[in-house]
Amino acid sequence: MLQHILALIIKEFLALLKDKRSRFVLIGPPIVQLVVFGYAATFDLNRVPFAVYDEDNTALSHLLVERFSGSDTFELVGKISRDADIQPMIDNKQALMVLHISPRFSDDLAAGESASLQVIVDGRNSNTALLALNYVRTVLLDFSADWAKQQQRPPPPAKLVMRAWYNSNLVSQWFIVPGIVGLLTLVVSLLVTALSVAREREEGTFDQLLVTPLRPVEILIGKSVPGLIIGLVESTFIILVAIFWFDVPLRGHIGALYLGLFLFLLANIGIGLMISSLSVTQQQGLLGAFLFLVPAVILSGFATPIANMPEAVQQLTLLNPMRYFLIIVRGVFLEGADIKLLVPQYWPMAVIALFSLSSAAWLFRRRMY
Amino acid sequence: MPQPASQLSRRRLAGMVRKESLQILRDPSSIAIAFVLPVVMLFLFGYGVSLDAKDVRIGFVIESPDSETSDIRAAFGQSDYFEPVVFHTIQAAEQAMREHDIDGIVWMQSDFSHRLHAGLGAPLGVIVNGVDANQGRITEGYILGAWQTWLTHYTERRGLPKAFPITLEQRVWFNPAVNSRDFLVPGLVAVIMTLIGALLTAMVVAREWERGTMEALLVTPIHIRELLMGKLVPYFVLGMGGMLLTVAMAVWQFDVPLRGSFLVLLVASALFMLVALAMGLLISIVAKNQFVAGQVAIIVTFLPAFILSGFIFDINSMPWAIQLLTHLIPARYFVSILQTVFLAGNVWPVILPNAAALLLMAFVFLMLVRRKASKRLE
Repeated sequence: MLQHILALIIKEFLALLKDKRSRFVLIGPPIVQLVVFGYAATFDLNRVPFAVYDEDNTALSHLLVERFSGSDTFELVGKISRDADIQPMIDNKQALMVLHISPRFSDDLAAGESASLQVIVDGRNSNTALLALNYVRTVLLDFSADWAKQQQRPPPPAKLVMRAWYNSNLVSQWFIVPGIVGLLTLVVSLLVTALSVAREREEGTFDQLLVTPLRPVEILIGKSVPGLIIGLVESTFIILVAIFWFDVPLRGHIGALYLGLFLFLLANIGIGLMISSLSVTQQQGLLGAFLFLVPAVILSGFATPIANMPEAVQQLTLLNPMRYFLIIVRGVFLEGADIKLLVPQYWPMAVIALFSLSSAAWLFRRRMY
Repeated sequence: MPQPASQLSRRRLAGMVRKESLQILRDPSSIAIAFVLPVVMLFLFGYGVSLDAKDVRIGFVIESPDSETSDIRAAFGQSDYFEPVVFHTIQAAEQAMREHDIDGIVWMQSDFSHRLHAGLGAPLGVIVNGVDANQGRITEGYILGAWQTWLTHYTERRGLPKAFPITLEQRVWFNPAVNSRDFLVPGLVAVIMTLIGALLTAMVVAREWERGTMEALLVTPIHIRELLMGKLVPYFVLGMGGMLLTVAMAVWQFDVPLRGSFLVLLVASALFMLVALAMGLLISIVAKNQFVAGQVAIIVTFLPAFILSGFIFDINSMPWAIQLLTHLIPARYFVSILQTVFLAGNVWPVILPNAAALLLMAFVFLMLVRRKASKRLE
């Protein structure tokens, strides 16, 4: 019996890997995408183009502008001298932000009045706008604290001491790259499984498989193992790249990560095979794969937090295995989480895997066209 | 093999369009893909995708409560952003943070009020969970804002010198409420329509090859251009239908302001649809079989459109090599046009270069489709 399954596994591997294009599709793009997305997917601001409209034009206002142009976050792209120039600058995306220093800026500051600084930000990308404003506020705080010290004014009676746990410099790569581990693992395991039964059905070879002495469970194992092995090998590679290339710290136990990875792969393979055995044609299989993949990625917490979603959508994400795996992979990498802390994430994936794998096996025989 | 006619024949083209249209009508899955799928996806994602942190659970550690500490708590409680939870020791708060019960801690030590009254720079300790760096930063920004409001009131009330001599007057153009949905929904339209375009066409030619009906088509006097156009036209009509539905949803369901003209939006959408369909057709022709075509479509459409288009991650912040790479992603140009036409209006210096790039891509893809397709016919 073991021999039968082994033969089927070998046959599945051959079906996946013997075609040069199919082999390339499984191996090439995930690796390229890992590197590209690892650099591309960032919420950190770099070189935000800004322009200055300095009506004050004093040593003090120049000092303030230098605070911005000297940082890596901002890049001075132009100076303007008329109100009318602000609009085209922002509209045409030449600058994301315009600093408008009023003519009385340094006088007001010296007189102890509140000196006003106007900042105009392009809100087309609201997240960038919000972060840029936060940076501006921090720069201003530093600037006015230094100025007060220089003028020998008393410091404010309270101060804010901020720090961040797990990611002290708030590097968004540390958040995104572990997420990409989940993303690509999901894509690869779906690619391997979602079309595999549908293809055999369309070609008629699945009927032949069904009349062999193999039981549905054995067919299920034969169809799952290649996905599991390819998934484990590729994810291991991706995890290594995350650690050694992107320098994401791995603080927890690798065992906790692999337990999660194993359950995640099983859940994905189950869902992929379920889609595949539900569809009569490959076109339907592809459609099914997309229908699962796209919401699974967008509603997983990969880029936008689940906590920001409306209650009903949050409930829906409970069906998404990627949601749990992302918590595990980020927990193990950044928070040093152990198996005990992650139990609430493991069991839902195990339930999803069990349900989807058994429905796939059931559908093998029941779904005939 | 018959000599293909060098001129386009309207009759043959009409016949081909008719054949494809019938095929679409008889297998309603294409119609579902074009009309139902984008509506369902935009509905789900439009509500699901948001970067606005609301009701962030913040643990307040107040070691010795008095009127000053309750003032601070009140200042934070007024804001919609926070949901304060009170703790009495820092250990309890840290444990809650480890268990993901709270996302941040504001810590007032027992001598806080004493140092505040003495003007000794009383420290307000803040810890945020930095795993999600973006949310961590946004939370820090909110906390900074609440703290500044409180301290300004405090110094005013006591007649102390201004704590913040510079007041920041901020204007966020196009989206004064800084509502992330207004920015994300136009981008979602582009991501969803990339998928629809690829799904519609990625398998249509591969299917004909695999079923052997391509040979049947080849022995007719049909010209390859007529064959390709016959495949494109019906799907273009379908795709534009889906596009109009999603745009209508963005405007009426999600209340995204449409400040530019509808005509600009329509022309840009048509250009983009052409690129997306041509890309799908190219995949289908090159892959030869449906299995590989399906795999390639999954890989080259969704994730690049999601991550490299500027839909959510700002292209300006990417390293320059990646920025160059984004120029190969058609969705990038469409996202840029959509965000501008919706939120800013008809800003020609943004719209024209992006539309030109789409036009160029459509041209290149169609040329490639034409070349790859003719080779195989010989």
